[in-house]
Amino acid sequence: MAKAKHWIEPHPQGIYVRPADVWIDPSTPKQRAVVTHGHADHARGGHGDVWATPETLAIMGLRYGTEAGTAISYGEGFEQGGVRFSLHSAGHVLGSAQVLMEYQRERVVVTGDYKRRPDPTCAPFALVPCDIFITEATFGLPVFRHPPIAGEIAKIFSRLEAEPDSSILIGAYALGKAQRVIAELRRAGWNQPIYLHGAQVRMCELYEELGVSLGELRLVMDTPKEDMRGQIIIAPPSALTDKWSRRLPNPVTAMASGWMRVRGRARQRGVEIPLVISDHADWDELTGTIRELAPKETWITHGSEDGLLRWCELHQIRARALAMVGREEGDDG
Amino acid sequence: MRRFAALIDSLIYTRSRNAKLAAIASYLRETPDPDRGWALAALTDSIDFPAVKSATIRNLAGTRIDPELFRLSRHHVGDTAETVALVWPEAEGRVQGDPSIDEVVQALSAANRATTPDIVASLLDSMDSNSRYAMLKLAVGGMRVGVSARLAKTAFAQAFDVALDDVEELWHALDPPYDKLFAWAEQGGERPDLSATPFFRPFMLSHPFEGNHLDLDQYAVEWKWDGIRVQAVHLGGETRLYSRGGDDISASFPDIVESFDRDGVIDGELLVRGTDQGGEAASFNALQKRLGRKTVSKKMRQEFPAFVRVYDLLMDGDADLRLSPWHERRQRLESFVPKLHPDHFDLSAVVNVDDFAALEAMRAGARDAAIEGVMLKRRESPYLAGRVTGHWYKWKRDPLNADCVMMYAQRGNGRRASFYSDYTFGCWTDDGELLPVGKAYSGFTDEELKWLDRFVRQNTLNRFGPVREVKKSLVLEVAFDSIHESGRHKSGLAMRFPRIHRIRKDKPAEEADRIVTLRSMIS
Repeated sequence: MAKAKHWIEPHPQGIYVRPADVWIDPSTPKQRAVVTHGHADHARGGHGDVWATPETLAIMGLRYGTEAGTAISYGEGFEQGGVRFSLHSAGHVLGSAQVLMEYQRERVVVTGDYKRRPDPTCAPFALVPCDIFITEATFGLPVFRHPPIAGEIAKIFSRLEAEPDSSILIGAYALGKAQRVIAELRRAGWNQPIYLHGAQVRMCELYEELGVSLGELRLVMDTPKEDMRGQIIIAPPSALTDKWSRRLPNPVTAMASGWMRVRGRARQRGVEIPLVISDHADWDELTGTIRELAPKETWITHGSEDGLLRWCELHQIRARALAMVGREEGDDG
Repeated sequence: MRRFAALIDSLIYTRSRNAKLAAIASYLRETPDPDRGWALAALTDSIDFPAVKSATIRNLAGTRIDPELFRLSRHHVGDTAETVALVWPEAEGRVQGDPSIDEVVQALSAANRATTPDIVASLLDSMDSNSRYAMLKLAVGGMRVGVSARLAKTAFAQAFDVALDDVEELWHALDPPYDKLFAWAEQGGERPDLSATPFFRPFMLSHPFEGNHLDLDQYAVEWKWDGIRVQAVHLGGETRLYSRGGDDISASFPDIVESFDRDGVIDGELLVRGTDQGGEAASFNALQKRLGRKTVSKKMRQEFPAFVRVYDLLMDGDADLRLSPWHERRQRLESFVPKLHPDHFDLSAVVNVDDFAALEAMRAGARDAAIEGVMLKRRESPYLAGRVTGHWYKWKRDPLNADCVMMYAQRGNGRRASFYSDYTFGCWTDDGELLPVGKAYSGFTDEELKWLDRFVRQNTLNRFGPVREVKKSLVLEVAFDSIHESGRHKSGLAMRFPRIHRIRKDKPAEEADRIVTLRSMIS
């Protein structure tokens, strides 16, 4: 334990790997950074050397205009300052990775964000044995149990059937959630064009370029209002209550997020169809993964760390919470 | 239970009144008796299982999940019943049943203190998460799905195409699961005859007076009393006292019930006499000591004797006066009230004013502890159920104001679970100490709430569970109806109806009001 504390240091702005002088997901510009995935609270611009999966680099390129960095595919790695780094699939969004670090015969895994459920838009989570497991805990409370996605997608269809003159406006985070919802709609047999808010377009195009097919997508802006009756529209959560939505015919708002599990949350956002769809591990996945891996120690980075910490205590698992900033709960839940 | 749970959820997420009405109406048409009757009772809080308390289900949760994890979860969710519904562990692969509401009601009705936990636990085990939520809300009460009794009755009337006034009357006369009500509405059966039973008649309500031009000759003026609206009924040898919402509050006021012995139905304000006022009506604060009690001690009855200040007569003997104009009812009222026990019933006087200027002066000058403003009642109006425009107006006296400093903030419940929306504020003592004088959680817009929430988060000094102590720098202009002596706050003062009137970002905290200033506002 003393040794681990020595070479990996949690800081408010990220995890610092001392012998390599490398930061993982730093929130401020650093000389050397490993980026786990493309969400803004993990991937910032302005670093010197960056290591990430090719997909994450492409996403960062789209967001920050620079694609510079060393591409590391799943299972591959690099060495820096005596530390062996390798990236492994996290199942969170396209390109998301866990970071395995091996140093002086100790193995440490940083999950970034992850989920265990199948997702047609990204590679599944890989279980990487380790001594120290540094995990997220976005949904680290037993209230959060994500139901099977098919039932959530079915809510959209039954509403469309009941109100054929309405349109369904789904709030979904632009990276990952939007594409996953589209892919799941396709899997459930929805062959109509899906309409997009302008802010969703480029990321969907990038997914297509990277080999994730999403079917026919159209821009809301280019479509006459009447044509969208009985159709499905995807927009960033912030646009749900925006003036923008006035161009839609009778929109019924839905929101795809793990937070929708709590009624007050959905009501607070004025959501009429809460879709409990999350790209994060739910309580059972978080606790189940720790059980499966049985690491010597579990460190908890961000989310409801109190809940997961308590669970570890009850199961006599050695654990600690790291105080991380800039990882406030957001719409990517 | 699943169909009912789906109804509850659709009501929670639907904002449109029409959509809510349609959802309830189709549920009532599609669901068989007695489930739909129980559902109706649950929606309107007309069903109670005294053995099941919020604490009961919280303790029960503690038998299946670690209490600390439950506490953290409850803190996040903001509602005990919902937390239990969400965290209740589901046995892997168990075939889930779907008990009817009637089965749930029968099981809960049979529960006593000792058997409640086992009964509720086995119900929880047999349901999915949404049904657990609906069942727990049914058991503990307080659905909070944005459905008022009025809305539910309107939905009922819509579902079966019957008159809302009839529904209002019959509803209160019948008990859940209302099978007679459904039989009458659905099959067009005989309207149950209830004239000689002491049921609740819907109140006539008033609109706020907003400076409309009224011909004062057509209106009678009365004081608006600051008590609680009650209806006392003595018919068929039985006496009942009903509150504004139609709840039977007879048990809290045996002094009134015992002394109302003439056949009839009266409408008036329930007040208590205060010795400080020389036996006159005391402030609402004093009345509060008697509200919500299941039993009343002799001492309570002596210290805070209750009486009804009567202003309308709905039935005189077995004659229904509700279709008669106000002036005829008033005439009969003036001969009815003197025959009642003078300690417990008096007549609310009609006040003579010549013109609006005099009325305005009268309203502004009213600082009697029990006066809230004035009422204007059209002399020709019948007694109409509900809030019908053009008949009765209330004109409250202006609120009082004070500049206070925010001291603590607490997270709200339900849809405000993620906002710091309840604020405790204080005023300065002569020694420069800030003492709490009240707590408010309304009066601001959604935009202001976001701003206040951000202020709290950015200016937190200490955390005590859900409460945050904030830097004493923000002045809130608080409006309130009146202020009284009270032991509730350290300042010895308590406000009635405090609400945030304005956020005074411009005002330095040192310039907020002093306790002595507030003390001088005590009426």
